[in-house]
Amino acid sequence: MCECKTKRPEIKVATGDRAILPEGAKTIPIFVMGKKYEVPETLTIMKAMEFAGFKFLRGAGCRGGICGACPTVYRMAGDYKLHFGLACQTVVEANMYLAQIPFFPANRASYNIEEMSAAADAIHALYPEIFRCVACNLCTKACPMEVKVMDYIAALKQGNVEKAARISFDCIQCGLCASRCMGEIPQYHVAQLARRIFGKYIQPRAQHIVSRVKEIESGKYDQMLADLTAMDHETLKQKYVEREREPDLAPLGTWKPKETQYL
Amino acid sequence: MKISYYPGCTLKLKAKNLELAALASLQALGIDVEEMDRWNCCGAVYSLTDDDLIHHIGPVRNLVRAKERGADKLVTLCSMCYNTLARANQLMRKDATKRDTINRFMDDEIDYAGEVDVIHFLTLLDEQVGWDAIKKKVKKPLTGLKVAPYYGCTLQRPQAVGIEPMGSFSLMTKLLETIGATVVPFYSADKCCGSYQVLNVEAGENEAAANVINAAASAGIEALATSCPLCEYNLGKQQDQFMAKGKITASVPTFYFTQLLAMALGVDPEACHFELNDKKAVQLLEAKKFQVAA
Repeated sequence: MCECKTKRPEIKVATGDRAILPEGAKTIPIFVMGKKYEVPETLTIMKAMEFAGFKFLRGAGCRGGICGACPTVYRMAGDYKLHFGLACQTVVEANMYLAQIPFFPANRASYNIEEMSAAADAIHALYPEIFRCVACNLCTKACPMEVKVMDYIAALKQGNVEKAARISFDCIQCGLCASRCMGEIPQYHVAQLARRIFGKYIQPRAQHIVSRVKEIESGKYDQMLADLTAMDHETLKQKYVEREREPDLAPLGTWKPKETQYL
Repeated sequence: MKISYYPGCTLKLKAKNLELAALASLQALGIDVEEMDRWNCCGAVYSLTDDDLIHHIGPVRNLVRAKERGADKLVTLCSMCYNTLARANQLMRKDATKRDTINRFMDDEIDYAGEVDVIHFLTLLDEQVGWDAIKKKVKKPLTGLKVAPYYGCTLQRPQAVGIEPMGSFSLMTKLLETIGATVVPFYSADKCCGSYQVLNVEAGENEAAANVINAAASAGIEALATSCPLCEYNLGKQQDQFMAKGKITASVPTFYFTQLLAMALGVDPEACHFELNDKKAVQLLEAKKFQVAA
């Protein structure tokens, strides 16, 4: 009979994202600005730094991975490769050397969006530095949101505002791209301008919203609203419970309510 | 055989007539090329030194994209893009040490060793379509139009990436003959148009361009055909200023060779976008009774 010796997995005590260390929880060494700290292994970088005693006055915002306030650069001991992430989203790893870059002094041009057009010329005039791009792609490698930064700069050089707006849609303005750019391009500010121009001058207006606003203003729904407001609590509750609902997986445009007077 | 099409930034902005006429021509010829879905600036102008490797990253990245798509060839229209991409390709084929350095720097991409051929649109017409096949599709020959090919610098220099040997202008000559034009020998066909020097001189002071126009006028040439947006700008868009300053005595309009091809193939004149050329170009075609508007 085979005498397999299976190594029992080490028992871990999860700490979740709480910064209070339960007994028996495993800690790992991380290096914040070069100084070593022992932190619970399940924390995010942000929680780990707070665990280590740091207090964020700036460089922390939504803590939900969307505000772009906590960009972090890190490197693993023994490797030259730099990594990038958001402190509130990235879980610590042993022997991680990290530094926060809460702000980057990138050039941001002033403009009046009302005086622009759909053409890329204004972007070229406000940010001529985009033509300093040598396609090194360090911006894309630095993006914690996996935006293809170099590709939207390339699109703008080609005058394609829409393509740039679409590629950069997930940008959270953290500025890590600009921190890595040898052409000193403020990519994230350029992309924001592209999205503003796209939204104002290129993307078609939603006509159904215009007509719905007109309907509302014409008083079409006033009586229905008045009826609802006047209803007693129980009737309102019953009406809500008995309301017609579109089935969750109904194919688009196939479902119609039986009651059509509100359409 | 899979051919990727690389347009280049200028064709999307200032030289739309070069690209749109080419695409319309390909459609008329029944040739299908696919624009690359991801591409960046070709890197023009090609780095002046072979050890300035960072400026080779741009063109090489485009070649990597073509390889990724499984393309055997990458076709370009703009002379500058052609030159930059072809020279970067040469470096990746010939210099193993620099190829290694570049591949290692671009650690986010697959390795590249020159697997893709960079070809110019004229070469595509010659090798993939053939002049006889084009001739059969000509519906409105450019009979009576005296044209000369103008290659400028970047289609033939350096020799290693030239679309044909220095001093020979046979590809565009064959094209112009095929579409029924009268090709006039032109000994300034590879003289420089003044290139980016135009940035440093006042409008209408670019002697190099004026010399080319004067040489063309005295050879009895009515129009020049080019594939370079910078040549087209320097030669075609400055003629009023040259005239005002007494640098030239007669105008010689410039066209992209693709516009002449499209016109001869009988595509909708709107698709040739002559409105983007100098007005003298349109006047010449009208004087010659060619259809320039729908």
